[in-house]
Amino acid sequence: MIEISGSFWIVLTGVLATASCGLLGTFLVLRKMSLLGDALSHAVLPGIAIAFLLSGSRAIVPMFLGATLFGLVTTLLVEAFHKKWQVQEDASIGVVFTALFALGVVLITAFAGQVDLDQECVLYGEIAYTPWDLLLWGEYSLGPRPVWILGGVLAVNLLLVTLFYKELKIASFDPAMAVSVGINATLIHYLLMAMVSLTTVASFESVGAILVVAMLIVPGATAYLWSDRLEVVIGLAMFFGMSSAVVGYYLASYWDSSIAGAMVVVVGGIFLFSLLFSPNQGVLSRLWQRLQLSLQVAQDHMLLALVRRDEEVEERARLRPDELVGSAAVLGILAQMAFRRLRWRRLLQQVDGMVELSAAGEQVALGLLRKHRLWETYMNRLGLPEDHVHAPADVIEHFISAELEAELGAEVGDERDPQGKQIPPSG
Amino acid sequence: MSQNTHPIQIHDMTIAYHKKPVLWDVDLDVPEGQLVGIIGPNGAGKSTMIKAIMDLVPKASGWVKIYGKDYGEMRKIIGYVPQRESVDWDFPISALDVVLMGRYGHIGWMRRPGKEDRCIARESLDKVGMGDFAERQISQLSGGQQQRVFLARALAQDARIYMMDEPFAGVDAATERAIIDILVTLREQGKTILVVHHDLQTVTEYFNWVIMLNMRVVASGLTREVFTDENLQKTYGGRLTVLSQAAQAMAEQRRGDR
Repeated sequence: MIEISGSFWIVLTGVLATASCGLLGTFLVLRKMSLLGDALSHAVLPGIAIAFLLSGSRAIVPMFLGATLFGLVTTLLVEAFHKKWQVQEDASIGVVFTALFALGVVLITAFAGQVDLDQECVLYGEIAYTPWDLLLWGEYSLGPRPVWILGGVLAVNLLLVTLFYKELKIASFDPAMAVSVGINATLIHYLLMAMVSLTTVASFESVGAILVVAMLIVPGATAYLWSDRLEVVIGLAMFFGMSSAVVGYYLASYWDSSIAGAMVVVVGGIFLFSLLFSPNQGVLSRLWQRLQLSLQVAQDHMLLALVRRDEEVEERARLRPDELVGSAAVLGILAQMAFRRLRWRRLLQQVDGMVELSAAGEQVALGLLRKHRLWETYMNRLGLPEDHVHAPADVIEHFISAELEAELGAEVGDERDPQGKQIPPSG
Repeated sequence: MSQNTHPIQIHDMTIAYHKKPVLWDVDLDVPEGQLVGIIGPNGAGKSTMIKAIMDLVPKASGWVKIYGKDYGEMRKIIGYVPQRESVDWDFPISALDVVLMGRYGHIGWMRRPGKEDRCIARESLDKVGMGDFAERQISQLSGGQQQRVFLARALAQDARIYMMDEPFAGVDAATERAIIDILVTLREQGKTILVVHHDLQTVTEYFNWVIMLNMRVVASGLTREVFTDENLQKTYGGRLTVLSQAAQAMAEQRRGDR
């Protein structure tokens, strides 16, 4: 038999755990139940402890039963506190999970001497021991036990999410609608909570009670920054989770640090990266869009300044570059950039150290002037006084679409603008 | 017409939140093929009433019959348009996905929407003038467009009774017109439509039947018969509210004349 290295098993364990967490975590995040996921992952601890004490071993079935039971108890208690006894929802979550978690800690520490359940391992994970925790079939080794458990849990999760995808979707988006078409949203809620409990327990040994929360919430929240398709969000969440498991493991070996800790640091890094760089919602892309808009406005202002001069003088108007840059009425550096871009677009040409509109530039500038004056005329018609129409038109001219221009054009016809100036024809 | 053929019958229904009653002793009988406006001041229990009909809130007493049967048996023939603010419009799904949800009640557990369901969903989007926005993520739609998507979803339910919770809230005039046209078409097809409504000025124009609520049913019947000053006063409790509504209506008219 080919010898499979220990690190392979460790990475595989991490990948299986994070895949499950990412899958379910997406739904937690979308249902705005991140906090409940957090609560569940802690509150199942007494279930594990009790199962462990009763069965005297780390057999997985009692643990699953204990944890799922406590997961559902947590969900029930939170709902009861919140709905029946009118405790604030976040407060009831806080009360329930800390109390149950503390109970778990007490149980484990009180009986730690009698049983082999290590507080440290439950809290922080012990993924590094994975390769030696073998599942035996008679004398044959079938590979590490956690791999089988996590693989099984992932398979169950995938199966349930696939089967109940439509129900999960509608119950998450619009629970009242779900109920009205006969889909029991409460049942779906408990199903999801049971799956989260199960997954938490299975992942405990690899990432620990505290860090499993990160794997439930962070990949889902990250994926949500990248896509607006539910299927893609789920896929990305699983992918981000799994890659952080792989990268985290190698980082941990490099730093000689906690593997689970390194995985979470990586997934946190992916989140930060996404927050900055994601194309739709990223901080940088928003800054970039704002910069582009400012540049566009500055360019428009320069073109307008030139074309207005053209109207006043016989031949083509020329301005000194610094005069033109000054006309943009924006920050100096932005105006400089806008000026360079206009030249790059060949809308300006330079003659004897002065700048004037090129033929193409005149086209664009006349189009802008048309929009500006159409708007002014239209506003004037609505009965606004003359001194109220120029400044708004200065803003709106950059945003008038072709359709709106056509509409305004049809409205206004070949009138002159309020100052008696000609509106340039379209095209 | 015998009693049990009526689409909605409510008998002695009381609804309470945390033991505080919000709707008292409701007795109602809505005949088929009516476009019904449910009006009343804030907190009168308008939304609560349609939610109670659909079993979404528990009843303290009384019963509701849909064509003489329990709601559970009849839910497939009821279409629902919840308040627009009741859902998270940042949810990562497209307009078509939302409309497809109208088919879920017909599809059954664990099965996927099929070709026919997609077809119906697309047709429904077309009917509300949103055919071009099928693949658009719902957060990128305007308020009026979102409301149309909700209406399309109800159309996709292919129901005989429709419950709509403030479909005109926060939509522009064009969307309001488009929605009311669709409602009228539905009524002409013999469907029964219950609409929670706020704007008193359009009641007579839009609805041929009106239910006036203020924690109890003040009046219910043909609009031309029950939508009277006297009933309005009973519903809105005192002249002040009605007067301010009237003043607002006049202001709106003046704006419209410009």
